Amino acid sequence: MSYKAGSRLEKVIAAGNFALTVEVGPPRSADPEVIRKKAALLKGYADGYNVTDNQTAVVRMSSLAGAKLLLDAGCEPVLQMTCRDRNRIALQSDLLGASALGIKNCLCLSGDHQKAGVSGKLKGHPGAKNVYDLDSIQLLAVLKGLRDDARQEGGDAVDKPVPFFIGAAWTPLATPEEFRVLRLAKKIEAGADFIQTQAVYDVKRFGAQLAKAREMGLTDRAAILAGVIVPKSAGMMKYMNKNVPGVEVPEELIRRMESAKDPKAEGVKITVELIDALAGLPGLKGVHLQAIEAEDLLPEIIKAAGLCPRPEI
Amino acid sequence: MIVAEWKPMPELLERMRGVKKLLLVGCATCVAECAAGGEREVETLAPLLRMAAAKQGGALEVITKTLERQCEWEFVEELAKLTPAADAVLSLACGIGVQALAERFPQLPVYPGVNTTALSIREKPGLWTARCAACGDCVLGDTFGLCPVARCAKSLLNGPCGGTRKNGKCEVDENTECVWTLIFERARQRGQLEVLLKVRKPKNWSRSGHGGPGRIDREDLRV
Repeated sequence: MSYKAGSRLEKVIAAGNFALTVEVGPPRSADPEVIRKKAALLKGYADGYNVTDNQTAVVRMSSLAGAKLLLDAGCEPVLQMTCRDRNRIALQSDLLGASALGIKNCLCLSGDHQKAGVSGKLKGHPGAKNVYDLDSIQLLAVLKGLRDDARQEGGDAVDKPVPFFIGAAWTPLATPEEFRVLRLAKKIEAGADFIQTQAVYDVKRFGAQLAKAREMGLTDRAAILAGVIVPKSAGMMKYMNKNVPGVEVPEELIRRMESAKDPKAEGVKITVELIDALAGLPGLKGVHLQAIEAEDLLPEIIKAAGLCPRPEI
Repeated sequence: MIVAEWKPMPELLERMRGVKKLLLVGCATCVAECAAGGEREVETLAPLLRMAAAKQGGALEVITKTLERQCEWEFVEELAKLTPAADAVLSLACGIGVQALAERFPQLPVYPGVNTTALSIREKPGLWTARCAACGDCVLGDTFGLCPVARCAKSLLNGPCGGTRKNGKCEVDENTECVWTLIFERARQRGQLEVLLKVRKPKNWSRSGHGGPGRIDREDLRV
């Protein structure tokens, strides 16, 4: 069988397995041990480990460096790249560098606006100039060009094709909802091989959008992995429902969390139930699991969801 | 129109430190329309500057003049008889006007009194919103007459990011419409959603400021 990039994630999906990716946020420091510890905790539990690219516009260790540290620790990274901070020259240069270092999966994102960094205790960099030379869909096409045509965006040849398994994000329940499936279609048209979605709590509404994507043939053209964020409290669920665009948390789940004696345990239980429910949706190829600042919960959840051990490839 | 806003008073006063005779110059075109630098604003600001200077123990003489357009040399020339009496100029025009005065009167310091912010429309009295980014490569023909370069916080060309709020506003500012939601609605009203399915290629930014300072050179118009 020939692969586009031959990453573990690509092979797991190609073999018809239910794929599992998790998220590893780099630290706000230069300490490699933070990444190594997370890798030791999560090694063997997932098929891909997303490394975020200065998420919420807060300066962190670069996703490229974080991805290499994970790779060295035996976890296959999914390098996240946003269009916020780099133009097409820097993006392509980093992609060549990432490939040279052995990184095979890349998730293309627009990126959080620099104003998003001003929250809580952090000052962020709200006065920063953003770039957006490309948007996420154009970045997907750039990766596809490097891989399939060995061409840079400007048309110059690259000596050898640059093998990436190309990913994109999807926020199926954001406004305008009717446009979101069309935007997914554009991402797949531009080059996405796999899709990781915004966090799903409302399986019914997500399922309806997924069904539309399936009717359009999109679930055969790209592997869609549903996003799941481990809820830690009712407050967190309410916050996400109100403030995070595209995240819809049903009232019933919030109530369950409110009345739970042990919210952490309840959150784990809800997560496992969500994964089970999502796994039953026709056309869904996996889940993308995130436990923000609580990665230690993941092994337990993954075991309870019956997703461990991961398939032999 | 080009829109601008007064610079903060403390910044203006800091600039006026040591100035004895100030020539305060307005512009009766764009900045007058947006109530930042027309004759009315010049005549409002002059006494404020005089009072603030007096409060700090200094005497500031302010000569006022509002030109028809600060970006046209023939109008700028009207200042030639006033500049000899001044030791500094404060311009309430956009950045083009400030530079025109500085170029015509290089012996004098010319300070900006406003921050030029955007190319905007007056939506309603007292509200101006950006409409054009002067990017040099107009996309409006493909976006149903709504500009994502100027009106999307990320200048996205292929649809909305995942940050559109439930009420259709931009994640960056709860008072700003997500322009891609507006584009989508207009496309739907026209029954042309398929136009938005086309993947727009990377934009040529070289015709905006990114290609170096802009120039339009029309020999046919020279005499």
